[in-house]
Amino acid sequence: MAKYIIKRLLLAVITVFVVATLTFFLMNAVPGGPYEAEKSISPTAKAALEAKFGLDQPLFKQYLTYLKNILHGDFGPSLKQRGRNVNDIIMTKFPVSAKIGGISVAVALIVGIPLGCISALNRGKASDSTIIVLATIGIAVPSFVVCSLSMYLFGVKLRWLPTVGLTTWKNYIMPVFALSFYPSAYITRLMRSSMLDVLGQDYMRTARAKGVSQFVSLFKHALRNAILPIVTYVGPMMAYTLTGSFIIEKVFTIPGLGGEFVSSIQNRDYMMIMGTTIFLATLMVFMTFIVDIVYKIIDPRINLK
Amino acid sequence: MSEHLVDIKNERLSFFTPAGEVKALNDVSLYLEDGEVLGIVGESGSGKSVTSYSIMGITADPGRIIGGTVEFNGHHIEKLSEKEMRKIRGKEVSMIFQDPMTSLNPVYTIGNQIEEAILLHTDKSKAEARERAVELLRLVGINEPEKRIKQYPHELSGGMRQRVMIAIALACEPKLLIADEPTTALDVTIQAQILELIMELKEKLGMAVILITHDLGIVSSMCDRIAVMYAGKVIECGSTDDIFYTPKHEYTRGLLRSVPRLDEKESQRLVAIEGTPVDMLNPPAGCPFAPRCPKCMKICLREMPPYTYFSDIHYSACWLNQKEEFENAGKEES
Repeated sequence: MAKYIIKRLLLAVITVFVVATLTFFLMNAVPGGPYEAEKSISPTAKAALEAKFGLDQPLFKQYLTYLKNILHGDFGPSLKQRGRNVNDIIMTKFPVSAKIGGISVAVALIVGIPLGCISALNRGKASDSTIIVLATIGIAVPSFVVCSLSMYLFGVKLRWLPTVGLTTWKNYIMPVFALSFYPSAYITRLMRSSMLDVLGQDYMRTARAKGVSQFVSLFKHALRNAILPIVTYVGPMMAYTLTGSFIIEKVFTIPGLGGEFVSSIQNRDYMMIMGTTIFLATLMVFMTFIVDIVYKIIDPRINLK
Repeated sequence: MSEHLVDIKNERLSFFTPAGEVKALNDVSLYLEDGEVLGIVGESGSGKSVTSYSIMGITADPGRIIGGTVEFNGHHIEKLSEKEMRKIRGKEVSMIFQDPMTSLNPVYTIGNQIEEAILLHTDKSKAEARERAVELLRLVGINEPEKRIKQYPHELSGGMRQRVMIAIALACEPKLLIADEPTTALDVTIQAQILELIMELKEKLGMAVILITHDLGIVSSMCDRIAVMYAGKVIECGSTDDIFYTPKHEYTRGLLRSVPRLDEKESQRLVAIEGTPVDMLNPPAGCPFAPRCPKCMKICLREMPPYTYFSDIHYSACWLNQKEEFENAGKEES
């Protein structure tokens, strides 16, 4: 096990390194730069700024400097948000996104798994059809529609929920609803098909022949086998959800990390692009690792080598 | 109350599928005594498994018993609720299945799966159940049971897993063991071992066994009586000797002809039964075997033949038998 973890750790470092390298050169290959669009800047000021952040150096040298810095855990200064470090920005914004994201993942699991099970157990009946229709809607409707509609209905028309900020628990309801909408539907469908598959397995018949009650046969014998595809999906989904969603943060004016992914690219804030990308990549690699460990715990057939 | 351990009378069972009603069992009558071994043979879809599943009350959806009675050990199975049925399953009647590779839950240790059956039906504590599980594994011939009990199904071979399945089935010393093609998925050498084990345990525990198979070789060596099923009907039933030496139904004869024999010349070819099995969605009006029968008569296509009894236990459903009996009766009179 220790050997496996060390191996995975090494692989993780290589993965993040490759992501960082690709992002660095792709980003620089895109036309434009952090100070191109701002007309007010004089050529001298621009040159001074570029010199300050080392942007006047040859590209490969910039790359090496950057690598050296991130090895020390330093993502560098933001090129656009004056006086702020990328580290600081991530550290202040990530917790905000992670809180909403974490709740959303929990909601998606709490909603999706039981619905999927109910649907599978009542295959072909009215409850199954209803759940399938709901889940299909959940997958098909884009999140900005969910955001705007719920905001209009509950925030503007009914005035039940606040529309801006994150001061009380009520503020969380709509963003969490919007953010967990798609994953709930996806997990429902995944759970349904995987459960149907497991219910048809021979060992379920064995359990029944033993005299096991339906409840035990579902929770002990079926669920543990059927949950594996959900684990696979939830790992990477968690990495995305915890780092926030651009749309949901914009609509509900949440100061989260999700917005930074998009705005940093629009601004050509090279340091910010690198910082957020490496952060997401690391989180993703970590989540995949967790998924593998959880897999091993759930299914003894899986051999971690 | 019937004096038999199992007494099935005129059972009808259908699967109500979207394509229509599949009449899987059509007037099946069978009985089984305490400690007896009954072999049920027949081709795929003939209703062998469905019959035995209905004794356990585990008929798969959308199947339902729509007529007749199924009595087991004093219980009227067709009238019991699911909850009452659960108390009988695994305790009074157990089952082992065809494919041991998939019949055990991959995510639990075999110990856990054996103990589950014990804990369900007895008042034993967890520790006692574990002891009993070790004892059972030893009984079914698994070496180092204390070690095996902590292993997962994928760590055992197919033969070993079938032994574990038998251990689970025997956990509460049932009165009846149903073995649904227990050796089909196993190597030939392992097959013999498993069958021997079943017979040995039957003697030791004094239980009755229903052996479902399409392998006539197996039934000949193991069974007291044999029931031959075709298209959801028992078309011939008798002692093993009756079936092998004086088969009365054309289908039984066909089955016997299709078995390779050691004393035959190499050049002799095996005889196959012509035609295809019956479409159970639209079963024919007369004898279901008539379209494939080499000696088919007009009446065979119109009406289902009644049983002709050759002895107390040997009977068959064929118009030819009826004809012979009629002619014999005529001779005796004159």
